[in-house]
Amino acid sequence: MSDIVADAPEAVEDHAADHGDHGGHGAHGGHHTSLGLSNTKLAMWLFLGSECLLFGGLISTYMLYRNRQGSGPSPDQLWDIPFTSASSFVLLMSSLTMVLAVSAAGRKDDRNTNLWLTVTAVLGGLFVAGQVYEFTTFYREGLGYTDSLFASSFYTLTGFHGVHVSIGIIMLLATVGMVAKNRISGDKAETIEMVGLYWHFVDIVWIIIFTLVYLIPA
Amino acid sequence: MAIIERPADTTTTVAPVEEAAPVTATSSYGYLRRPVESTGWRSWAFTVDHKKIGIMYGVVAMFFFIVGGLEAGLIRLQLAGPEGTVLSADKYNQMFTMHATTMVFLFVMPMAAAFANYFIPLQIGARDVAFPRMNALSFWVFLFGGIFLNTSWFLGGAADGGWFMYAPNSDVPFSPTNGVDFWALGLQITGIASLVGAINLITTVLNMRAPGMSLMKMPIFTWMAFVTQMLLLFAIPVITVALFLLMFQRSYDATFFSVEAGADPLLWQHLFWIFGHPEVYIIVLPSFGIVSEVLPVFSKKPLFGYTFVVFSGAAIGFVGWGVWAHHMFASGLGPVSVAVFSVAPLAIDVIFGGAVLGLFAGMYYWWPKVFGKTLSESWGKWNFWLMIIGMNLTFGPMHIIGLQGQPRRMYQWTENRAGEGFFNLGMWNLVATIGTFVLIVGVALFFINAIWIHRRQPVAPLDPWDARTLEWLTTNPPKPHNFDRTPTVHALDEVFHRKYEDVGEGDSHEYVQRSTLDELVLEEEAQADAHIHLPAPSYWPIVLAFGLPIMAYGVIYTTWLIVLGAAIVVAALFGWALEPADAEDADFDPPAAGGESTSKELANV
Repeated sequence: MSDIVADAPEAVEDHAADHGDHGGHGAHGGHHTSLGLSNTKLAMWLFLGSECLLFGGLISTYMLYRNRQGSGPSPDQLWDIPFTSASSFVLLMSSLTMVLAVSAAGRKDDRNTNLWLTVTAVLGGLFVAGQVYEFTTFYREGLGYTDSLFASSFYTLTGFHGVHVSIGIIMLLATVGMVAKNRISGDKAETIEMVGLYWHFVDIVWIIIFTLVYLIPA
Repeated sequence: MAIIERPADTTTTVAPVEEAAPVTATSSYGYLRRPVESTGWRSWAFTVDHKKIGIMYGVVAMFFFIVGGLEAGLIRLQLAGPEGTVLSADKYNQMFTMHATTMVFLFVMPMAAAFANYFIPLQIGARDVAFPRMNALSFWVFLFGGIFLNTSWFLGGAADGGWFMYAPNSDVPFSPTNGVDFWALGLQITGIASLVGAINLITTVLNMRAPGMSLMKMPIFTWMAFVTQMLLLFAIPVITVALFLLMFQRSYDATFFSVEAGADPLLWQHLFWIFGHPEVYIIVLPSFGIVSEVLPVFSKKPLFGYTFVVFSGAAIGFVGWGVWAHHMFASGLGPVSVAVFSVAPLAIDVIFGGAVLGLFAGMYYWWPKVFGKTLSESWGKWNFWLMIIGMNLTFGPMHIIGLQGQPRRMYQWTENRAGEGFFNLGMWNLVATIGTFVLIVGVALFFINAIWIHRRQPVAPLDPWDARTLEWLTTNPPKPHNFDRTPTVHALDEVFHRKYEDVGEGDSHEYVQRSTLDELVLEEEAQADAHIHLPAPSYWPIVLAFGLPIMAYGVIYTTWLIVLGAAIVVAALFGWALEPADAEDADFDPPAAGGESTSKELANV
């Protein structure tokens, strides 16, 4: 807290200089902030903090109900660990390509930014396709959404995650389009960093889900 | 209005202004030209000004306060005498469910949001919140969510499971109308409003403070509102999970809370109260903040133990998470307490006394700041006394009624079980009903005071209460850009220290008034900033918000409405993202003249 106190008065001098920079925005959106962290980045962190509790609630629900399979199939009959490991690996690799996109954006290298954003979106798409395939297989093997508490809570948790990944893909593709047409309002590198934060978060949540749902035996 | 055009010669040091390259296309982005109206309904519908949004929050919250108050009136009329016939059992259930839901989610929380929206930027010396468009979004989402929730009255009946909607009673077999669906979806929508608002206001408090405004120099209301928003940030996702599970249970045949399917209905109680206990602090903390703001001003002393109060508020923010299970007396988790029946009305009592009276204190205190006139003091006194008497007459007898064994949710009581003498249920039920109407009259006096008496009031002085905090260092009502010059803060109670000088020696303090607030504000005007950057209005918040209830109707009635609503939301999101952060000359109608004398820059949202 004390460094915040010490930090604030410096803004007095900064203020007049701020006005000169009105067309473009600097690294922090062209606006001085009390914490030195841009508003967008702070807000994204807050949002992700909130998302932790959303997934926390869903994961708790799954953990409570995962042994209540009724007469339906149980996890050991359903899980195809090699397949899900492969799709998890694909999602993990998408975090690497996302880092490459953020780094390219930091260098103002639009071509590589868009290249890596596209690769990230494709990898994310592969993951979602894998999830759709998996859900279809489980359904054929007798695990309908309402068949048991295990089924409902499994589909709800992983479905929620899948929707998050899909929204991430839409964000990635929209960003590609906006970078290509130079239509990003505000700071380009930071916008891509924000998409990256969200993408990594969704990835980390999947690591937790994969461990708790697939790897630890019920 | 979005742009502030100020002649360059008002200040001696003008920073050089680089004008962007002229833009000729009027819609080179998005789909629509930016809204520019500064008067009429459009200036409100598309505004991103935190003060206008704060006023709209307040007006809508007061409207829902009337709705919730009428519901309370009907409940008390039903219970005034034995075997009441004002409401059917079914309507009674809907009434108490919607009364509590309305008061908590559509009155107290948005009213606190109204104060937070209006005063946080002013108290920390900012020109607006961190994300002005998101601010507008949270208001419109709240409004449409509240309207959506209340349309259930006309579409087969409102929710009837009580405001905490315990499972499995909330399932279709026990509540076959769409009421609970409206409830679950409506609260998810208002939850989005709270979450967006929380992210926005926390960012504002942490990042938008004026130079010198360290965290421990922030006015106490801003502190308490900040803790409230932190609680919301983490409480809302938990109730969202619970509401989602309930929605899937009812609309898509899941069995999360069905005992016959082997589920634990207690899951609902845990999720609900993990949200619900912090919610109690979400309700009272803003009022604590208001009271801690008002008392020092009228005592002409600094807030005693400011640091302690701040840390207590923050501690509440942490401890509030560990104690949710104490709401679950009857769940079999521990010894069942008979006292629960008297605790419940006590809780309402505390919430009403703690939250509502504090909010009304805020109204009277800040009215001249917001509207430039004070409310009538004599009407205010009648308002206060009738409310305090009405409140105690209403909630006091409920302790006796509860101890006598009348459950809160029975729609009738009978004469032959009413008891005798002092503990006669009939007498105390009648007293409680009379109390409710005293309360209603008290509140009605506020509306008369605010709407009619207010017109005859003279313009208030700039500093009617000899105030202490930064929001007073500007005109009444504040200009669109809040402060002519971004203030530099040196002390807690900045405005007080600008007005008064400490001439005491050593440890003794003696304050002598050196200047009045009028002089201080004139001084600020004289040294106004040359270029003031304000966010421009936008269509997208209201459009995006409009898509959400359409999706919700779709969940209840027909799937293609979900698709339509989602399409509106996605289209609005893209319009939003493509709308440049900078308003261009061509955005204005007639196009604003470029040149060195004006600056039209937006916050980077």
